[in-house]
Amino acid sequence: MKFIDEYREGDTIARLRDAIAATATRPWVMMEVCGGQTHSIVRYGLDELLPAGLELVHGPGCPVCVTPLQTIDRAHAIAARPGVMFCSFGDMLRVPGSNGDLLSLRARGADVRVVYSPLDALELAAKHPEREVVFFAIGFETTAPANAMAIALAKRRGLANFSAIVSHVLVPPAMTSILEAPERRVQGFLGPGHVCTVVGTAAYAELAARHRVPVVITGFEPVDLMDGILRCVRQLEAGRAELEIQYTRAVRTEGNLPARALVDEVFEPCDRAWRGLGTIPMSGLQLREAFRAHDAETRFAVEAIATRESPRCISGRILQGLAKPCDCPAFGAPCTPDSPLGATMVSSEGACAAYFLYGRKRAS
Amino acid sequence: MCLGVPGRVVDVSDEDGVRMGRVDFGGVARKVCLEHVPDVVPGEYVLVHVGFALSKLDELEARRVFDLLEELGQLEDVGP
Repeated sequence: MKFIDEYREGDTIARLRDAIAATATRPWVMMEVCGGQTHSIVRYGLDELLPAGLELVHGPGCPVCVTPLQTIDRAHAIAARPGVMFCSFGDMLRVPGSNGDLLSLRARGADVRVVYSPLDALELAAKHPEREVVFFAIGFETTAPANAMAIALAKRRGLANFSAIVSHVLVPPAMTSILEAPERRVQGFLGPGHVCTVVGTAAYAELAARHRVPVVITGFEPVDLMDGILRCVRQLEAGRAELEIQYTRAVRTEGNLPARALVDEVFEPCDRAWRGLGTIPMSGLQLREAFRAHDAETRFAVEAIATRESPRCISGRILQGLAKPCDCPAFGAPCTPDSPLGATMVSSEGACAAYFLYGRKRAS
Repeated sequence: MCLGVPGRVVDVSDEDGVRMGRVDFGGVARKVCLEHVPDVVPGEYVLVHVGFALSKLDELEARRVFDLLEELGQLEDVGP
């Protein structure tokens, strides 16, 4: 397929591997920000192609992973209500709350639907005016325009039975928090390619300058990732700390202006709790006042739910690039994708789940 | 989650005031919202995420990665 196959070509990857090996003279630690990038790197074994000393650590860019357990429990409480038709992206179905996941709720009689697009949820609301359709709106900047569109259209079309649980997160504040951590290991970033197609690159240029760290906005295919690593290593070796765009076929400096305008119309920044990382100031999006009529959490009052994370889980350290999945004594037993203990095991884009899925063993 | 899949725009239509269209992903066509790529025309490629086209894919830029690799190869050839 065009724009895919040529980016998975073995010879091209081998040439990039050789170029990286010829460029690196010292050890460097780089972080790929996105869960999708982590998944590709582990799936294709790209980290194993790198010379000794070049280390990839895995970033917090998996929205399913970082959605707090409490938010999941609140969503499940709403999904379990009679009369509610609960719509979610497929990724969220198997994420366990304190009492099972969305699939087990469905087995107990809840009306849980998987949607491919937020507009599918909107269509269900139009088709079933007698039902309360609730959409679980999670995601990074990449997903915000789609979710904003569904909410804006619900308002425009007067679909009063459509509401959303909004748990949006933003990438740059999380990168800042990683850079400002006292134990910081990360020396360069492979930046989030799809996020930047929407928001553009200004925030990342600022991050690179302020923290003196190379940021290479990178795609998701093996050739993209190897090219991104090469560019990042070149910067590190030369002592440069700049914004560079590897994913030029999709990313424009200004991002997608109509999409940005819509996101800004519907959402406003807010403090947000990240599973594994805690609360990061101004790292989330919430509905603006004008759209609060479509806020599921005000529409369905859910009583306070106390949650407890496993004390054994080290996902907070993994999300900051301070540890690898194999460093965790619980990795593989008892913690698996079927019974995850924490953030990085709950979605296939989490570092632990990717390691588990592709057979990475614990270091002996 | 931030999965973006490249596809070729087959046609463009207006549905209730929203710019929509069919996009072909290697033989499978899906309805996609094209509201945020106002200048796209059939035949062009877009990057699609949860049913929304996020950006138009730039063929010239797409080729650049491979041009740079060519240069890399030539440099190695003349190297020691």
